[in-house]
Amino acid sequence: MAKLLDFEQPIKELYDKIDQLKLLSKDGKIDLDAEITKIEKRAEELKKDIFSDLTPHQIVQIARHPNRPDTTSLARLICDRFTQLYGDRLYRDDPSIVGGIGLIGDQRVMLIGHQKGHDTKENIYRNFGMPHPEGYRKALRLMRLAEKFGIPIVTFIDTPGAYPGLEAEERGQAEAIARNLREMVGLTVPIVSIVIGEGGSGGALAIGVSDCIFMMQYSVYSVISPEGCASILFRDAKKSEDASKSLKLTAPDVVKLGVADSIIQEPLGGAHNNWEDTAAIMKKNLLAKIADLKKDQPEKLIENRYAKFRKIGSFISS
Amino acid sequence: MSILDWFEKKKKNVKSTDKLNIPGNLWLNCPKCSEVTFRKDLENNMMVCLVCKHHFRISPQQRIQYTFDPNSFTEYDVDLEPTDFLDFVDTEPYVKRIQKTKKKTDKHEAIVTGTAKLAGKDVNVGIMDFAYMGGSMGAVVGEKLTRLIEKSVEEKLPLIVFTMSGGARMQEGIVSLMQMAKTSAALARLNKERILYISVLCDPTTGGTSASFAMLGDVQIAEPGALISFAGPRVIEQTIKQKLPAGFQRAEFLLEHGMVDMVVERKKMRDMLSNIVTILDFNEDSYG
Repeated sequence: MAKLLDFEQPIKELYDKIDQLKLLSKDGKIDLDAEITKIEKRAEELKKDIFSDLTPHQIVQIARHPNRPDTTSLARLICDRFTQLYGDRLYRDDPSIVGGIGLIGDQRVMLIGHQKGHDTKENIYRNFGMPHPEGYRKALRLMRLAEKFGIPIVTFIDTPGAYPGLEAEERGQAEAIARNLREMVGLTVPIVSIVIGEGGSGGALAIGVSDCIFMMQYSVYSVISPEGCASILFRDAKKSEDASKSLKLTAPDVVKLGVADSIIQEPLGGAHNNWEDTAAIMKKNLLAKIADLKKDQPEKLIENRYAKFRKIGSFISS
Repeated sequence: MSILDWFEKKKKNVKSTDKLNIPGNLWLNCPKCSEVTFRKDLENNMMVCLVCKHHFRISPQQRIQYTFDPNSFTEYDVDLEPTDFLDFVDTEPYVKRIQKTKKKTDKHEAIVTGTAKLAGKDVNVGIMDFAYMGGSMGAVVGEKLTRLIEKSVEEKLPLIVFTMSGGARMQEGIVSLMQMAKTSAALARLNKERILYISVLCDPTTGGTSASFAMLGDVQIAEPGALISFAGPRVIEQTIKQKLPAGFQRAEFLLEHGMVDMVVERKKMRDMLSNIVTILDFNEDSYG
């Protein structure tokens, strides 16, 4: 059973009612078709209403929804063929970042992304999508491989952040992230990123220095989690709802700030309720963007990528 | 008298005690060994404790004085100041925080950039300042540093950056995160042009700062005892639910784990930097 967010409750209630009526009309002789159609229409409208007016805090909840489509599932839905590659060749394979070679139609891609699980067991294996340094080093190895064979890179961003643990620090979490930032800027192939769920801080950016950054409609991208921000700046962990608002982390805000390029609309009711349609629309956007970026020579690509990040930031110059 | 008045009175009392506590600044307490030292003596010792060698956090001006040739420093981009483009409000509006910090510290931002001479040789220098909002990196720090790196590319001058920062400035949201990408992108150009970059990690260097330009030096130097990490010790303790070993994430720990080339005392910093620059800053295609 999918986890129900509190604001989804009224929609669920209507659909439950529809199911009841359907059962009734099947059993008895009463014709309830008209009634059912009416409620179905009401449910759709309610869904539209609720999803068109979500608060940043609610969007954070959708972005983290356990049923949100994950990187490997999306890779399988988007690609006609997808083969995973493993390991950083230095220490171990990190299951919180996955990557592999794929074919979308006749377009080759190197697809890399954070990997969360859908239940506790999976999440423990995936470390809740929080990579260790070896995850970032694997990602960089695969990006270099893509560059060598002239394959465009696609990254899916979905992490609470890089793992804050003892061993991660020992093995150079900061260095691994920093290196990726520097190396990605100079890659000679197109890079397209999609924030598919949670874009958590440096751990997200470490695979997100790209030519084009899409955000899914109900994804978030932030310098710190609302909870972290609340406990540090607001000095009250319970103020995370206020922090979600202050941080300007929703897709429209991140686009407005010049960080993300555009938004990919999700099916009505959110990606967590409809993986197939979500994948289809992502595929369409990816292919169009890759085709577009392929027109540029590598030098031009790198120059544009530099300019894209160079101009981010407002300040006063007196 | 109502009970509320009583609270009111108590508040006032607390305030007046605070006022009495302002120190004369003549004597300083070592945060590590608690030794009380005459400020002048500490300054003569480059703000290093005479008893336990604890390296005090120092201002960019002090660092310039201790490291570079006298009167050789010229500052760049002094006029860049932060703005509250998110209308960010936590316990107080960011706008107010900016004004208050400027008034209190008489500083414009958390980094000073410029050019100086190191034993007669021109270098570009960036020095972060923990006293300004914990040395946090927002749009101004990112911009000033990026301009400095680009200048180094243009002028083919070695770059030395002293880091001292809690990480990205949360009040500037996602834009502060992107300064990591911006500065690292500029360093990619410097790297490609084969121009020397020395990163000197001072106490503390954490979060977004350590996960970008701080960790990208051709040579990485740390000051003794400096806290250098991605995640802060408190966050890690909360995550793994156990106490961290002594010395974890300190400069010496990073040396042991291969993350820095050396730990250098403040007194020896100038000579060490000069040595490295002399040998590595050699922009000709030969094996001389």
